[in-house]
Amino acid sequence: MLSRVADSIFWMSRYIERADNVARFIDVNQKLTLGFQRSISTQWEPLILTTGDNDRFKELYGKKYTQENVVQFLTLDSRNPNSIISCLDAARENARCIRDNLSIPIWQAINKFYLMIHAYPRDACTYANPQKLLDIVKDRSQLIEGAAELTLSHGEAYNISRLGRLIERADKTSRILDVKYYILLPRVQDVGGNLDIVQWAALLNSTSALQMYRRTHGRIEPKKVVAFLVLDRFFPRALHYCLVNADMALRFLSGAPPYVFSNPAEQLLGRMKTNMDYISVDDIVNNGLHEYIDSFQCQLNELGVAIHQAFYGNTTRPSMHQSQSQYVV
Amino acid sequence: MFSDYPVPPCFDELLTKAHESRFPTVSLALTNLGYDEIIERQLVTDERLRDLGITFAVYGHQDGNEKVWPFDLLPRVVGHEEWQHIDRGLRQRIFALNLFVDDIYNEQKILNDGIIPREMIQTAATFRKECVGHRPPKGVWTHITGTDLIRHEDGEIYVLEDNLRCPSGVSYVLENREVMKRVLPEVFNGQSVASVEDYPERLLDTLLATAPDGVDMPVAVLLTPGIFNSAYFEHSFLAQQMGIELVQGPDLVVIDTYVYTKTIRGLRKVDVIYRRIDDTFLDPLTFRDDSVIGVAGLMEAHRLGHVTLANAPGTGVADDKAIYAYVPEIIKYYTGEDPILQNVPTYVCSDPKQREHVLKNLESLVVKPTNEAGGYGIVLGPRASKKELEECRAQIKADPRNYIAQPMLQLSTVPTMCPDGVEPRHVDLRPFVLLGGLDAADMYVLPGGLTRVALVKNSMIVNSSQGGGSKDTWVLG
Repeated sequence: MLSRVADSIFWMSRYIERADNVARFIDVNQKLTLGFQRSISTQWEPLILTTGDNDRFKELYGKKYTQENVVQFLTLDSRNPNSIISCLDAARENARCIRDNLSIPIWQAINKFYLMIHAYPRDACTYANPQKLLDIVKDRSQLIEGAAELTLSHGEAYNISRLGRLIERADKTSRILDVKYYILLPRVQDVGGNLDIVQWAALLNSTSALQMYRRTHGRIEPKKVVAFLVLDRFFPRALHYCLVNADMALRFLSGAPPYVFSNPAEQLLGRMKTNMDYISVDDIVNNGLHEYIDSFQCQLNELGVAIHQAFYGNTTRPSMHQSQSQYVV
Repeated sequence: MFSDYPVPPCFDELLTKAHESRFPTVSLALTNLGYDEIIERQLVTDERLRDLGITFAVYGHQDGNEKVWPFDLLPRVVGHEEWQHIDRGLRQRIFALNLFVDDIYNEQKILNDGIIPREMIQTAATFRKECVGHRPPKGVWTHITGTDLIRHEDGEIYVLEDNLRCPSGVSYVLENREVMKRVLPEVFNGQSVASVEDYPERLLDTLLATAPDGVDMPVAVLLTPGIFNSAYFEHSFLAQQMGIELVQGPDLVVIDTYVYTKTIRGLRKVDVIYRRIDDTFLDPLTFRDDSVIGVAGLMEAHRLGHVTLANAPGTGVADDKAIYAYVPEIIKYYTGEDPILQNVPTYVCSDPKQREHVLKNLESLVVKPTNEAGGYGIVLGPRASKKELEECRAQIKADPRNYIAQPMLQLSTVPTMCPDGVEPRHVDLRPFVLLGGLDAADMYVLPGGLTRVALVKNSMIVNSSQGGGSKDTWVLG
């Protein structure tokens, strides 16, 4: 597979996953807002902090963290490079560059998704009640992943696509966890203490994890929630699951056998995965969840750079996709 | 359906002047379905084309780069006998043109024998001196051709021009057919329509057949200028259909006169490049040094026979519009036969006598630059203002080699779904011909081709860049 194509597929998948996660953020917040009596403005600010685009938001809307502003900023505002609509523009543009590598169902799913979002009414009604829009985003994103699963040969393109998705997903799950842990519970003493079950439930919900969590751990306890979203090997949105499967995808691409590294990306990812294989949730919480997540995200960023270099390792020209290779920080 | 159809004074492809259908089974099937139902299906069609992203880019257009491909559901039908005639004519023509290009870059017999003025070739903007002395694998220069045909009011089919460089449109032929089958199955049912679906297979065969000698398992790629090119959809579609890699210039590298793609597992050798970029952008070392979509060293690899370029660089010399005027002589010279398909009468302005005639009769002629495509630069005498005619006259005098003139032809019409009902709209036809070698069996003519339709009433400009649409073309068996 061409290096350029690999890069485009990687980013196409990341952007679809990113759009999906933004929808999930808003979804959970919508539910939190409805469940609480507090003023709405305090409830929507953390959402912007979650995505890491606070500066851009303030530039465009000042400090007015109203539902309407926040939802608009995150969904249909093209001025925000990480809004759902911007993600779709980028995903489709990448897909268009490599359309011949995709199956028709995948391309069609992406193109239809893009058209639906562009045709979606941009009015106060949408921002006051974004549920329908968010459902479209989640459904369509799953449709694309399903189309890839069923109609794309599970070869190079598939594995690169999976790699992009999983890395983006790990990043976003860790952010959700971080924000809820650190911002909604400002004092460290609150951890394990008087925690609001509704908030943790909402957090699990935002990652579509509530039912699976219940089946695994039963009652909601903060530490178990952390264990589930970070260390679970079988839940597809857990960090550990993402790393294990990203590692498999990366090794498929290089053909390197276990315990052998053919490029720095594999080594980096292997180290992250192994670390998670053996760490306990007590280790994480005792040393600080926020610190753990912070370090995890730094490593993910390094990994992204290393993957880019691995795909382009044999070419000398500068990447034409450099401008879009920025991570949400 | 067609009872109110205003049959025009020119030739109509479906209905005679007496309002009788030339293809009764097709008319009946359409009539049975009814106008309202077809309008419904047209909406479904447009939606499908949009969802599939079947688009073309319009340079400088304001609402985004892509436009959905305009497609009209009423097919253009070609009878069996008539198609046999066109098919034979195209084979003869393309075979001769390929020999002509080969001769021009090698022995130049046709120039030595005085059939074509030597100066005509030397001054052609598309003549590539870099190709002199070259003979590509199997002697094939013009792998893929799209020849534009029109039907005049006399009922005859004429060749309007040959496109021997990177003719576009075949992807729309295939997509149109796909959509028609899906949307109008009742009309298809019971007709015997020649299939076009195997074109990608034939194209791949042609590319692989002309690979450099001694390569066992040739690798072919399609070279595109990228997503901003107006035909990007087609490039991507054909690569997908053939299962070959769609590459851009920077994806390729020439090392020691061989061409490679840059893949995630290192370099991979390439043997055949179906290139959809112009000659002058192919290789910054040979042609324009500012080309960033080309590949440095590509021409050397090509000259040494290490890679096949389809079509071969230099073929444009045969579709220069002034040289077009000589195609009947070219056919006679190389095949010894009379041309089966007629040229449109053409005046070459570099010839003083013909130029004089053109300048005198400008208001009744169509003037075309010899080296433009896409309908650009054409002056329609009967519809031009005095000022435009004067400007045109001055341009011809200043650079006669760059102009030809032809009488204004009436394009035939086909019934078309229009806002106020079914109305006649002018069409042309671009069949595609593949050439994989010099034996008769190495040639393939796609039955039908792309019917382009001028959607604007009375307009004869069918180019998609100028508001044209398309129709499915049915060659009946």
